Amino acid sequence: MLRLDRVALRLGGRPVLREVSIDLRAGEFVGLIGTNGAGKTTLLRVILGLLRPDSGTVEVLGRPLRRGNAAVGYVPQKQQLDPETPLRGRDLVALGIDGNRWGIPLPSARRRERVDEALRAVDALDYADAPVGRLSGGEQQRLLIAQALCAEPKILLLDEPLSNLDIRSANEVVRLVARIGRARHMGVLLVAHDMNPLLGSMDRVLYLAQGRSAIGPVDAVVRTEVLSRLYGYPVDVLHVRGRVLVVGGEVPAGEG
Amino acid sequence: MDWVGQYLFSSDMFGNDQVAGALLAGTVVAAVSAVLGYFVVLRGLSFIGHAVTDIGFTGGAGSALLGLNALWGLITFCVAAALGVGALGTRARERDVATGVILALALGIGAMFLYIDTRYVSAPFTLLFGSIFEVDTATTRAMVLIGIGCLAVLAVLYRPLLYSSLAPEAAEARGVPVRAISAVFLVCMAVAVAEAAQVVGVLLSTALLIGPPATASYLVVRPGLGIALAALIGVFETWLGIDLSYVSYNWPPGSKGWPVSFFITSLVLLCYILARLLRPAFRRRVAAAPARHRKA
Repeated sequence: MLRLDRVALRLGGRPVLREVSIDLRAGEFVGLIGTNGAGKTTLLRVILGLLRPDSGTVEVLGRPLRRGNAAVGYVPQKQQLDPETPLRGRDLVALGIDGNRWGIPLPSARRRERVDEALRAVDALDYADAPVGRLSGGEQQRLLIAQALCAEPKILLLDEPLSNLDIRSANEVVRLVARIGRARHMGVLLVAHDMNPLLGSMDRVLYLAQGRSAIGPVDAVVRTEVLSRLYGYPVDVLHVRGRVLVVGGEVPAGEG
Repeated sequence: MDWVGQYLFSSDMFGNDQVAGALLAGTVVAAVSAVLGYFVVLRGLSFIGHAVTDIGFTGGAGSALLGLNALWGLITFCVAAALGVGALGTRARERDVATGVILALALGIGAMFLYIDTRYVSAPFTLLFGSIFEVDTATTRAMVLIGIGCLAVLAVLYRPLLYSSLAPEAAEARGVPVRAISAVFLVCMAVAVAEAAQVVGVLLSTALLIGPPATASYLVVRPGLGIALAALIGVFETWLGIDLSYVSYNWPPGSKGWPVSFFITSLVLLCYILARLLRPAFRRRVAAAPARHRKA
């Protein structure tokens, strides 16, 4: 569905992506893991067609890249909405249907149905009519996912949906996204800096470090040899009480 | 009940050509300001809106000095100011500082224009605080047409504007030209505040821009309804302001009416406070929904 082949990109003279290759299959849930500054958000912007790679190829559903492709759903990194925002949750979700079209929307039963369906998929029907700014971070996150689902995408990209969520809410969001992806046969790429909440749910991991990528099952990728090669210096992978820790995965002084 | 007709509401104001013109222009300006203001509040651009009119003041003062119609000077300078502010980028802190410095300079130049222009003593007052009764028919007609044009542009932009105001990254990913929309919106806002400056003056034109939408946002949480209510509140405040100004000829000290801008801004503040006071009851009503979800 989504194929990136040896993509490289420099921003402001600095190489952000050096060599990134991905293939994402239908119905597959891939976690995109990397430390801050690893190029995760840049990579998403390349897939969305907002940034053009310097070299390498990107194919979405077998076609070259196009900006504003409705087949690619995007859940941006959430910024808290103003508590006084005078809109309901469902108004935010409805923008996912046709927010990119000109003019004033006409109210229709079909529109309402599509919004309700997306809200149901993320279990947000109960608070869909409450002012959106007063909802919790996790609730707003679900609404943004529902917004992306409205366009019925084939591929869903989520940028750090777990940041600022407590462990319980994070686990809930991961399970929810995994369930929806499978039910809709959607390829899901979820960005996170910590892979632990994803361990039970993701099919493969896409590890990004120093602009280089490795993709595969967690056991094959999250290993001392593989990650040390990505980072370009030794890192250790530790397994502690069912959690995976990558130690030394920081950019040393003078590099980056 | 004679005192009502004398001091509060006089129906013969509708027979007065000047007042009829004021009501027509006031209605359009209030509606346009409120509709645009809804998005100004949503996008957190209140300060920019105010800065834009302050810079427009220089244009108004300049055209008064040259003997031109103040409306065009105001519109030209407001639009230029809005585009300039837009070009300063999206980083709020940097933009606010630059805007603050530029608007102070603009006000200074405007003050100089007014100082040089000695023909009309009332010009500074009209420019700063407005005088809707003195707007001539041709200007009223221009204001109505420009206002309707603004509303038409906004109707076309409606969905992408709402999308890029609430979830800019998601909108951009869907192919919404976020930057272009922001620029067109700023131009519309500039035109709206320039028009509002004719009614309540450059110093107070943001009252009509920010007041009614802020008031409406405390009462309803639907975009369409919120915009309609904001427009209704704005028009109501403007009409009542014009009416009170008209009957205030009979108020002390007599022989001279009170300025429209005084009444409109007072009403804007009054409605805003009322809405804030009413909000707690409203908030309790809507707070029940998320709580129910958490239990389930």
